[in-house]
Amino acid sequence: MIRKTATPANPLDSELLSFAMAADSSQKQKSKGGGGGEKGESGEGPQKLAKKGEKLKEEMDALVDEIDEVLEENAEEFVKNYVQRGGE
Amino acid sequence: MAIPKVMGTEIEYGITVKNDRNFDPISSCVLLVNAYREEHAGKILWDYDQENPLADARGFQVDGEKYTPNQQENIARNKTLENGARYYVDHAHPEYSCPEVTNPYELVVHEKAGERIVEFSRREANTLLPSGAQMLIYKNNSDRKGNSYGCHENYLMDRRTSFKQIAEHLMPFFVSRQVYSGAGKVGTENRVQPCEFQLSQRADFFETEIALDTMVKRPIINTRDEPHADREKYRRLHVIVGDANMSEYTIYLRNGVTAIVLSMIEDGAITKDLTLHDPVRSIKDVSHDPTCTTEIELQNGKRMTAVQMQRSFLEMAESYTSSRETESWTRDVLDKWAFVLDALERDPRELSGKIDWVIKKVMIEHFMERKGLDWESPRVQMLDLQYHDLRPDKGLYYLLERQGQVERVVTDREITKAITEPPEDTRAYFRGQCLKRYGEEVFGVNWDSISFGIGEDPIKRVLMAEPLKGSRAHVEELLEQSQTAADLVKNLRA
Repeated sequence: MIRKTATPANPLDSELLSFAMAADSSQKQKSKGGGGGEKGESGEGPQKLAKKGEKLKEEMDALVDEIDEVLEENAEEFVKNYVQRGGE
Repeated sequence: MAIPKVMGTEIEYGITVKNDRNFDPISSCVLLVNAYREEHAGKILWDYDQENPLADARGFQVDGEKYTPNQQENIARNKTLENGARYYVDHAHPEYSCPEVTNPYELVVHEKAGERIVEFSRREANTLLPSGAQMLIYKNNSDRKGNSYGCHENYLMDRRTSFKQIAEHLMPFFVSRQVYSGAGKVGTENRVQPCEFQLSQRADFFETEIALDTMVKRPIINTRDEPHADREKYRRLHVIVGDANMSEYTIYLRNGVTAIVLSMIEDGAITKDLTLHDPVRSIKDVSHDPTCTTEIELQNGKRMTAVQMQRSFLEMAESYTSSRETESWTRDVLDKWAFVLDALERDPRELSGKIDWVIKKVMIEHFMERKGLDWESPRVQMLDLQYHDLRPDKGLYYLLERQGQVERVVTDREITKAITEPPEDTRAYFRGQCLKRYGEEVFGVNWDSISFGIGEDPIKRVLMAEPLKGSRAHVEELLEQSQTAADLVKNLRA
């Protein structure tokens, strides 16, 4: 989807674009933080809540599938080989 | 009266190369930081002359070899960027020290810009590796095998505040702060008693209360006294106890609350005695309890949960801020702090879009449930690691962000700008602008100085002992009037 745009002169721009585009969609779904919107939701009937719970579960299932797709394949070997020297 | 809390973070990233049996972390780090090409960064020295990492805030000097690389090595390992940051190789890790900022919002912007700079150079570095090999970078603090690397916060403090006071009040604050600042970790290490999941990446590594070390026998309070500013007036509090966070909300809260508490210490506004009986033990007890209900023992025999301790700090902060003028961001930080503590007391899962350790834990639990895995599973350990992966398409934090599962604090536009533009209200502005305008003649840089090599003249060093001077308001006119570095030096003398 990024490739549709003309190739920018500076390679940095094209790399950054992928971040910007990815984040655009997220911002539509979630407003940015800042004071408001912190209050817990209340006054919802049990039916509505159940429906909401169901929807949430579907969403989470879809998310798990997506995570599964990108998760490093040879997890056991990968985590075993991930060894760092201490730093600081 | 407390001084403005100029702040910044230093993030050490984890690095590995997949499919490379000869992986060497140091040469990989050198390759990485040199893959990020700004116009003049390839020839500017990091100025070690003024550095003194062996000075102790308790007033003495520690014996030891000060590290000073030769010129070629210096240039290969250090990049000063036009946004005022330092991007370099520290031991066997790439490190990004963001430019000095004056508030937690800008801190988030610049820490996030650092992630993108490291990711951009990772992609560039990959084009130079043998085919099949792939460099991977993680913004976390541990390999889960007993090796840790740091995320250090820095805050400007008034030299008149005694270090003893700072340490006393910060100890219970740092031990309890993990309930919202932890990045989350599967399991334990460093010979610590096992648990399934804990709040902090780092808690297992703290073995002593107060010391100068950062690499062995890590202390909760670090005493490094290297102000990078006027030593008579300032300290730079060097906080090594924190985690490298992915969530913008968590970073914002971590730095915002800490800055407020430090101002309170300067103004003598910590009125309750929350001294802990055994901080080194308590830091692990708090970290190992995702229900946040464990009570820890105070020196006076009372027992409190970490959330209750944080609430005591919040109450003191509310009364402190009600009676004085505060920074514009203070109210928002206090509101978020209160919101988070309330949620932690009701059900920490309510914070699954805000606080790193909760975001990670909820994600892993959903995955385990769907796939029938347990905490010991390598795939679960992989989820933990990959949460911190800097690749936008594979990093699980970024995946959650893209799906709208985590709350943003700053905008992508602001982050993109911070990749090339310094903050405008600190000396980072002067540093960054000098690199942009006179990069050809910049010889060396440190946090509190910049030196110029002009023609055959001796090197001219401009000192920047005041972190708030050198802002756009201070120097824009001067810069506009100085076509060359020689003009700048002349105009500075006039």
